[in-house]
Amino acid sequence: MSLLSIRNLNIQFATNDGMVHAVNDVSFDIQKGQKLAIVGESGSGKSQIALSAMGLLAKNARTSGEILFDGQDILKMSTRALNKIRTREIAMIFQDPMSSLNPYMRIERQLGEIVELHEGLKGSAQRKRVLDVMDAVQIPDAKNRLKSYPHEFSGGMRQRIVIAMALICNPRLILADEPTTALDVTVQAQIMNLLDEIQRDMGTAIVLITHDLGVVAGFCEETLVLYGGKVMERAKTEQIFEAPAHPYTRGLLRAIPNLADPIDTLQSIPGSPPNQMLEMVACPFAPRCPDAIEACTSTLPPLENGRACLRPVEELS
Amino acid sequence: MTQPLLSVRDLHVQFTVGNAKKWPWSPPGIVSAVNGVSFDVPRGKTLGVVGESGCGKSTLIRAIAGLNPPTSGKVIFDGKDVNYGNKRDLNALRRRMQMIFQDPIASLNPRMTVREIVTEPLRYFRPELSEEERRIVSRGMLDRVGIAQRNFNRYPHEFSGGQCQRIGIARALVTEPDVLLCDEPVSALDVSIQAQVVNILSELQRDMNLTLIFVAHDLGVVRHISEEILVMYMGGVMEHAPAIDLFGEPQHPYTQALFSAAPIPDPKIKMQPQMLEGELPSPMNLPTGCLFETRCPKRSPECAQTRPQLHRQGPAQVACLKLEKELI
Repeated sequence: MSLLSIRNLNIQFATNDGMVHAVNDVSFDIQKGQKLAIVGESGSGKSQIALSAMGLLAKNARTSGEILFDGQDILKMSTRALNKIRTREIAMIFQDPMSSLNPYMRIERQLGEIVELHEGLKGSAQRKRVLDVMDAVQIPDAKNRLKSYPHEFSGGMRQRIVIAMALICNPRLILADEPTTALDVTVQAQIMNLLDEIQRDMGTAIVLITHDLGVVAGFCEETLVLYGGKVMERAKTEQIFEAPAHPYTRGLLRAIPNLADPIDTLQSIPGSPPNQMLEMVACPFAPRCPDAIEACTSTLPPLENGRACLRPVEELS
Repeated sequence: MTQPLLSVRDLHVQFTVGNAKKWPWSPPGIVSAVNGVSFDVPRGKTLGVVGESGCGKSTLIRAIAGLNPPTSGKVIFDGKDVNYGNKRDLNALRRRMQMIFQDPIASLNPRMTVREIVTEPLRYFRPELSEEERRIVSRGMLDRVGIAQRNFNRYPHEFSGGQCQRIGIARALVTEPDVLLCDEPVSALDVSIQAQVVNILSELQRDMNLTLIFVAHDLGVVRHISEEILVMYMGGVMEHAPAIDLFGEPQHPYTQALFSAAPIPDPKIKMQPQMLEGELPSPMNLPTGCLFETRCPKRSPECAQTRPQLHRQGPAQVACLKLEKELI
């Protein structure tokens, strides 16, 4: 059985201007110890998928479909039941390390609170666990930094603390929502290395949510490409980069300036992201797609063989 | 040799931090944001500036625009010192030196329509134009950045980030400046939109013979658009080289570390990021020697003593004592 299985997930938000269709019929599975990347531009619904798997969606959200973790549907769980699995079984790493830490709380309390709530650890046992996890995420001189406040750490160190918070109960799944977007490249490389080690040593499954294809290339075995809240392509990461089978993935790859092989003009994808106030009846990428045909603007392509496109791969430009 | 359009000479920018005072009579804390930066940019060329957050990229660009007065050093634009002119000179200069910003939506006035945003600089800098002429000029500019005429009466919040950045570009270029200062213009945009904006910028640069100073932390974008690149660390220049040489063979240990950490969108290339040890030094208490000395994998004891100056190293200029020694 898969560790996490998302089936036909739809997420809508009721706003004053009508329904926003954020996620449309997304299905995927994650196995134990797997690394999966979810790639998409802003507004593609990638963060909402992660939030829904933690039961953290905003109050105006309407959902349908299933998110099965260990056979239980997270969407139907009570807050009480959710609190039992949050962080203990599924943990989340957020983008901005500063705003995901409590500025008034010392690091020891920040981390200790989690094990106290979930495992009832107190006193020296709690401190030992906190020190262990701080060592695991390579915070130097952990003993002397227990009493520090978040603002006394640098951005990279804060993100390590956030990762330590996610790890402290040894969860089976970590949802990392843009964990390095707020960090510099040199620090980003360190954090990605750390996540890689965690997955190898503890067998934790990791879902990496990002907009940066460069980060994905070095990290995940499998990649899911989202556009307008719909899965465009799902394949092995090498295949995504070597032989992308969807026009959107192709466009995305051509739009990145390549350090190894610079070209004169970047190929941009014309147009703007889709209007998500409308219900999805056709391929969301059709208005910007160089390969779109008549049928693309009226039919919603199903996800078959890891791609959602009406046109066969051979015919794409 | 022709005179460069823009020259920066030994620029220092420092800020005083009031609340660091322990006692009323103790001296205020001083943050050194830019430490002795010098470079020349010829007309029509692009200088890229890269570095990590807090390295003084934005402060440098603001000092060039005359928005932060430098503590010492000079910014010479077309033969005139930017910071020591009278007000009229400064206004003439502002027309010729415009800026675009990182956050496209926040940098536009939410209560002005697109047309008002783009005609405002004309009203200020070219008061001799009639209302009708201003309309024509601004329409032409908006046209060039790809904003359709039916959208001219809309407000910034009705546009996407990429469109707002294009409006920002139109506003900056409507006065036909010589220099466009770009402060992380694409880092808030998605990749597919980022490519649109970068392409528009290079197209307009060609057409209007613009000189660009392009600050970004994304190495790919900077390489794409720049002829020459300045690598900054803690407010100092580590390396200044033509883009091709810099990416082909980075010389300075910091440049090497920075480039090795940049993710490459190709799963076949195994990244081997060079991990930098240690933390950034505090800008309130900079090392007396080389700025990079505390984290440099190749440091030697003398690096902590003397601050290296830029010296020629093949096509590049590098500030590193070790490389300088090897040269002799």
